[in-house]
Amino acid sequence: MKIKQLSVFLENKPGRLSEPCHALSKAGVNILTLSLADTQQFGIMRLIVKEPEKARDVLTQAGCVVKVTEIVAVEVEDRPGGLADILEIIEAADISIEYMYAFTFGRKDKAALVFRFDDPDKAIDVLQDKGVNVIGGLELYDNAD
Amino acid sequence: MSEFVTENRIWDSAETMPHDELRALQLERLTQTLARVAEVPFYKEAFAKAKVGPDNIKTLDDLRRLPFTTKADLRDHYPLGFLAVGRDRVARFHGSSGTTGKPTFVAYTKEDLSTWADLCARFLVSGGLRPEHTVHIAFGYGLFTGGFGLHYGVERVGAAVVPASAGNTQRQIMLLKDLAADVLVCTPSYALTIAEAVGAMGIDPKELSLKFAHFGAEPWTEDMRAQIEADMGLLAFNNYGLSEVIGPGVSGECAARNGMHIQEDHFIVECVDPETLEPVQPGNQGELVFTSLTKQAMPIIRYRTRDIAQLDPAPCPCGRTGIRMNRVVGRTDDMLIIRGVNVFPSQIEEALLRVEGTAPHYLIEIGRPGTLDEVKVHVEVRSKDLSDKMSHMQALRDRIGQEIHSITGIHADVHLVEPQTLERFVGKAKRVLDHRTET
Repeated sequence: MKIKQLSVFLENKPGRLSEPCHALSKAGVNILTLSLADTQQFGIMRLIVKEPEKARDVLTQAGCVVKVTEIVAVEVEDRPGGLADILEIIEAADISIEYMYAFTFGRKDKAALVFRFDDPDKAIDVLQDKGVNVIGGLELYDNAD
Repeated sequence: MSEFVTENRIWDSAETMPHDELRALQLERLTQTLARVAEVPFYKEAFAKAKVGPDNIKTLDDLRRLPFTTKADLRDHYPLGFLAVGRDRVARFHGSSGTTGKPTFVAYTKEDLSTWADLCARFLVSGGLRPEHTVHIAFGYGLFTGGFGLHYGVERVGAAVVPASAGNTQRQIMLLKDLAADVLVCTPSYALTIAEAVGAMGIDPKELSLKFAHFGAEPWTEDMRAQIEADMGLLAFNNYGLSEVIGPGVSGECAARNGMHIQEDHFIVECVDPETLEPVQPGNQGELVFTSLTKQAMPIIRYRTRDIAQLDPAPCPCGRTGIRMNRVVGRTDDMLIIRGVNVFPSQIEEALLRVEGTAPHYLIEIGRPGTLDEVKVHVEVRSKDLSDKMSHMQALRDRIGQEIHSITGIHADVHLVEPQTLERFVGKAKRVLDHRTET
């Protein structure tokens, strides 16, 4: 149920973000979503794409430092309180979140939340127990097309 | 045997000459050398000015009455003012790498070339070379003494040479693999480049047959040795030399790897305070000064190397009697003065290697935006260091800063940069960008 996320190291300089994006575009890799974490000197771009292995090879060839990590994506109602409900379940189970971001992925009235947990397997169990739809890769990629 | 990393083999019995014999031989050869340089205009003038001559040198201690020779003296007498023989006796010329200006030339007679090959053979054999080996030499072949010096040393031992010369790392790796070299000769920084490229090409270093490596021509650290040995699966030995004195072969490590034995039957070494020029207390760091004892074409008296190291007169388990010098920690002219603190680039390198997971590709940038010096250290990030968590990346950066501070005492602003963005070096690395000296 886990989804592969690519992290790319970027120096905080003009043009640094476009280089990996151009490389992916040339290779025909579509970016489903991305989030950026940055400091004054450097940043980490986190990407979700349909073909993570291919994207990793393309980026590595382009000279990027890339790391693949597993994240958990869940489906939520696109309404006020949608995120808060999920966070309540996670907090109650005492699971920490390293970071998260959200995006919409083609299903009407639904959004996807992406979580980086320290213990993803436990998080998946807890969320599924509470009836939350943890989205697998195929489901996410197919609906995004 | 446990004190040796490999078999302790000695090439020349002169390496184990008893001390009293060695001192007597040095004095005899010093006297001969002074006679040889008597007609060299620079020495004629310098000795006259210092009111000393060959007649005043009765003991080895009298050497200290002779004037020093500096790099500037060699430049002032460019190109061949120091030649002590007729051009008809010169068999080869070499030159310094010219990293700090015009090259300076050195000359060798046929006899000098033979002596030099023997001196290289000594440290090659003490560091594992055997006649059945194949040696890959990735030093530049040219005016630089590294390539040809080691080449003839290897031939003297009777081993095979792959004269790969410098450059084109992928081709070097192909040669290393296909010709199954047992021994690698290059600069330590180039060995790191090779190790990195081997990894990038998806080659298991075990596919290479390398067992030994001999590194020289630039300062390096114990941590760098550990990394190269782990990455490449070989034993690395340190050797030292400089063209003005003869080239590689002035000193080299034995199988005990606890300092480099200076070939004292061919050179007299002194260790002096670079400011006062007085001898340092035994065991202290200072500038190494060499006097050649057997050079014919271009003997040199009390040459100030600008290399900072220390001497260790303690006996060595290998049986060699030549005094040992430790690693060169830096050059007096590489030394950076940052907010009044003396810092050598090699210390920054040591700090980087201590922090697990940082590549030793770095650039030190020094500026003085206001009234105080500010130091930036750019360090390349490797795939295995990358984390998707910002906190980990910031911790990595902070650890590097802390190590630099604990080794040098200065605070550096550490910048993590993308891989392969800092310049790669085939020969001697240039790791410092000092904006304070720009006009």
